[in-house]
Amino acid sequence: MYGLFLRHFYLITRSFPRVLDLVYWPTIQITLWGFISNFFATHTTYYNNAVGVILTCAILYDFLFRTSIGFNMLFLEEIWSRNFTNLFIAPMKIGEILTSLVVTALIRALIGLIPAVLLTSPLFGISILDLGIFLFFLFLSLYLFGITLGILVSAGLLRYGPSFENIAWSTMFLLAPFGCIYYPIEILPEMFQKIAYLLPLVYIFEEARNILINQTVDIQNIYYAFMWNAVYFVLSIALFYYSFNVAKNKGTLINMGE
Amino acid sequence: MNNLVQVKNIKKNYGKNEAVKGISFNIKEDEILGLLGPNGSGKTTTIGMLLGLLKPTSGEIFINGQKLEGNRIEILEQINFISPYIELPKKLTVKQNLIVYGKLYKVDNIIERIEFLSEKLRLEELLNSITGELSSGQKNRVSLAKALINEPKVLLLDEPTASLDPEVGDFVRSFLEDYKKEKKISILLASHNMNEVTRLCKSILMMKDGIIIDEGNPEELINKHGRKNLEEVFLKLSRSKNELD
Repeated sequence: MYGLFLRHFYLITRSFPRVLDLVYWPTIQITLWGFISNFFATHTTYYNNAVGVILTCAILYDFLFRTSIGFNMLFLEEIWSRNFTNLFIAPMKIGEILTSLVVTALIRALIGLIPAVLLTSPLFGISILDLGIFLFFLFLSLYLFGITLGILVSAGLLRYGPSFENIAWSTMFLLAPFGCIYYPIEILPEMFQKIAYLLPLVYIFEEARNILINQTVDIQNIYYAFMWNAVYFVLSIALFYYSFNVAKNKGTLINMGE
Repeated sequence: MNNLVQVKNIKKNYGKNEAVKGISFNIKEDEILGLLGPNGSGKTTTIGMLLGLLKPTSGEIFINGQKLEGNRIEILEQINFISPYIELPKKLTVKQNLIVYGKLYKVDNIIERIEFLSEKLRLEELLNSITGELSSGQKNRVSLAKALINEPKVLLLDEPTASLDPEVGDFVRSFLEDYKKEKKISILLASHNMNEVTRLCKSILMMKDGIIIDEGNPEELINKHGRKNLEEVFLKLSRSKNELD
């Protein structure tokens, strides 16, 4: 496991453009949403008492986005560098491969997120730490969902090969409207609300707004987020193993690097 | 001598397409077995099954006495593979790549092992170079170092000297001969270079359309088919109906 982590650690530390890329997008995203947030806070009543609501949600969403994309990137990196077969003929269990990718994806996401979060205080006078101890649970929940999406996409790459790559980029954009990241769930049409309630995202972002706007904590939201996360996480692992077996039957593993 | 590799009647179907139709062979300790055949004959599929990357439709594979099915991880610790179609991460240095694979193969004294292989494969000067910036010949030697990092008992080589200049090709062949003799390992060599196969292999399997159509040592095959060299035997067998029909 450590070997696979080391492979990506070397890759990141050897390349300044890669580190810049990891930091650049979260910083741009958060700076942009910081100004939008300031504008809304001074021109709407909904956000009157919570200047940092939009910005906090933007940071949380970016963490989810980076985790998911980060996981996919680790997998795609092996395909692009034609190292995929080398990896799968190394004596590593599937669980070990997934674990090292999960840890590496977290580190990648944090490299991008921490500088961006540090910017919010001097630039906008906002601290995400206002969410208190529950911030940890929200981040954990988002991390789990990000990893779950990453594993699902990687399962697709195993099953269908590099042609699945485009899906890897679009997953988060497909789910974002249902996640109710920047708006309450009531904004969605009823049918969409039903779908949204089947995702952990809506509970996470509803709870972030609830804490910041109402200064109260609804444990049930956090509980539902973890419950749905657990369901999707188990499903994604099962699907990954299934895809690995299908790939062994279809020969995708041996042709992946070609 | 022991059979380090035993392949018993393996078949591989992709849907209705039968890529490998029930082949059996053994590779002894301290032996290089040549696997020849035209494109699409089933060589890569056979190697894929030996590496556990492909599940045989039926049949059994034993490596060093252990059945591959159910012991994949233990067996992968004892084998390794190189192919020109597979590369090491290009952005890492040679040494970083070898450390990574040393860790993945759970090698105890990685630095010692890297020093040993660097010396044998003339890599000392290249250890801190970026892998992607090396020439084909240098990359090939680095891949060979990676393939030997775990001191494999069985080495699978798919076109190991393809696209190499004659000097580097000769160096790699000499290295493989010496290494096999010294470590008593088994090597499966899939190649389209008939001179290379004649030089390295005492036994050859000729595959076509998913079956073994002939086998023997190079000299036997040349005499049996009344040809001047192995290349002519290859051409005859590739163009003719299956010998076993």
